[in-house]
Amino acid sequence: MNAAAETSARRGPGAWARLWGNRVTRLCIIAIGLYTLLALYGEGVYRYYKGSLWEGAPACLTWAPERVPPYNQVHMESRYLPPLSVSTWPAHTLADGTAVPETTHRYWLGSDNLGRDVLQRLIQGARIAFHVGIMTSLIAIPLGVLLGCLGGYFGGKIDSLVVWLCATVSAMPGLLFILAIALIAGKGLFGIYLGIGLTTWVSVCRNIRAEVIKHRDRAYVQAARVLGYSHGRILFRHILPNVMHIVLISFSIRFPASVATEVFISFLGIGVQGEPSWGIMINNARARLWQGIWWELTFVSLAIFLLVLIFNRLADDLRDVFDPALRNR
Amino acid sequence: MWRYVLRRLAEMVPTTFGVLLLSFVLFYVVGGSPAQSVLGQHATQEAIVNFNAENGYDLPLFFGNWCDMDAVQKAPDGGTRLACTLGPGDYELPGAAQATLRETATGREETRAVGADGALTVPEGWRAVSADGVTEVRRATRHFFDSQFVLYLNNLVHLNLGMSTETKQPVTEVLLQGLGPTLSLSVPILIFGSVIGVILGLLCAASQGGVLDRGILALSTALMSINYVVWILLGQFFLGFKWPLFPIWGYESAYYLVLPVFIGVISALGSDVRFYRAAILDEIYRPYVRTAVSKGLGRGRTLFVHVLRNSLIPIVTYVSLSIPYLFTGSLLLESFFGIPGLGSVSINAINSADMSVVRAVVIFGALIYQLVNLLTDIAYGWLDPRVRVAQ
Repeated sequence: MNAAAETSARRGPGAWARLWGNRVTRLCIIAIGLYTLLALYGEGVYRYYKGSLWEGAPACLTWAPERVPPYNQVHMESRYLPPLSVSTWPAHTLADGTAVPETTHRYWLGSDNLGRDVLQRLIQGARIAFHVGIMTSLIAIPLGVLLGCLGGYFGGKIDSLVVWLCATVSAMPGLLFILAIALIAGKGLFGIYLGIGLTTWVSVCRNIRAEVIKHRDRAYVQAARVLGYSHGRILFRHILPNVMHIVLISFSIRFPASVATEVFISFLGIGVQGEPSWGIMINNARARLWQGIWWELTFVSLAIFLLVLIFNRLADDLRDVFDPALRNR
Repeated sequence: MWRYVLRRLAEMVPTTFGVLLLSFVLFYVVGGSPAQSVLGQHATQEAIVNFNAENGYDLPLFFGNWCDMDAVQKAPDGGTRLACTLGPGDYELPGAAQATLRETATGREETRAVGADGALTVPEGWRAVSADGVTEVRRATRHFFDSQFVLYLNNLVHLNLGMSTETKQPVTEVLLQGLGPTLSLSVPILIFGSVIGVILGLLCAASQGGVLDRGILALSTALMSINYVVWILLGQFFLGFKWPLFPIWGYESAYYLVLPVFIGVISALGSDVRFYRAAILDEIYRPYVRTAVSKGLGRGRTLFVHVLRNSLIPIVTYVSLSIPYLFTGSLLLESFFGIPGLGSVSINAINSADMSVVRAVVIFGALIYQLVNLLTDIAYGWLDPRVRVAQ
């Protein structure tokens, strides 16, 4: 029996079809798609006002940066507007001499203490949340998978080393350790990526290692050994595809957890600087909640809640379908 | 039993060493010298060199014969010279032909030729004040392992964690002061959280698949999706401000702890209930449960006496995992409710980049984690003989 056949036999036919067949799961997947679109739109807006496709892009992908991006535009005359209100910004001249005519603007989700559009900022927050969720996973998952595979497959001294690394990192006091790394790496997104990424690979590593140990002595691995395949080929071409579902499940668990941690770090002021992250928005809005300015905090909280909820729910469903034994770990 | 305890102690050594190494790498190798943040942005090069020499920040990281001192400065004439005076010790000053030494007590100055390889010895009671043309300053370490790592371990053993740059107090004192308030908040959270969580988990398991089970499960998933920050803000807003039932700032009586404990419990309840439910469900289909039911035992007795006892092992493991965090406290909860525990100490230290305090809390937390793990394992070995023989 080849690897693929054994896998599909274990998972039962049509795991994906079963996922899609569940109405709630389908709703979650669609909602994640919508969030992704929102984040991509935010990224587009951000890049457009930044003036280039990426940092140091060639000239053909660079354009003259626009003025202040809409999510950072300050309009003191339209502060604290409740959702759905329409405001008229008077005509004015910018510092560089361009005249801006009078414009009417609808604040769908209200405005904050500087007259900035909450909806626009919320979308930028989604952009940053996706950055954090994806980047931390890109650090944590490859690290965890590599170490877990090596430890589980080779055993012996290598395994002891991997187990030692896991034990050491997991002994550090979680959030404080992340904060310390972020603080030392410097304020900003990079510090957050490193802090979360370098601390959360442990659970990925443990799960992968446990699964690889189960596969190590299976018939298909022995067959591959008899055929004289190299360790690298057996490990990464034969075993790894069979434990890939753990990667998927890990991602669906890691993503919301990273987003929640980023909110926390940015809330403390160590995270993102100068861009509207959800944590910064909450910190900004909390003082004025007491004066009845409820909308900014409410909408940001809702956005975080929904994103984390749908990912948590999806993680549950993925676990049910792919690996019931892993549930609750 | 004693063999088991000894084996467990021996197993603790590499992890503890790893924890110390990891925090050293983070705070000393990557973090570097705190001279800039302690002395301020406008500190002179001389002040920084002296600070580093006094606190051992110019020593080699793990081992070595020389400390590289950043003590070379551009002279007005375009050459290079010493940025500060050098205390007693063996130096290498490549590039310099001669150096001027001054006796500290009398102020008498003397010029010494620097050896071909730049070697210069400054005797006790003297300082080197100038060495023109010097390109590099290196001081000999006292021995090969006279390094930052050894100094750091030595300081830890002597509980010398440095001074807080913010409060100008010894860090050990800061930690000890924060421990009491932290425990008074975290212990009730752990107790109430576990009890309520286990009860809800039992309710779920008893009505598995039913309306109650699905309701609690959906609620748990929703609860664990609400951000911790939002929990605190909403709790303070509704229960402290809108309906002013509880004080929201201060640490004067037990009443001040009610709201933070409530928030601490409810914010963790979601994931706890899900875990407890699964742990209990693992047991509920075992043959002994069927036996108990078929011999006519009531539902309550089966659930609370037979099932609960057996599912206690994963539950206790789960709870014991959170015990180390009792000591480091809840960062936000404490700083939002004005409870002067380790959590708010850490938050303040992070906000003011007071690295010696952050470092101390991280190391303290990691060591406590080791200790609690050890005690938990010993307790297991005592309760369950199978653990003692298992590898």
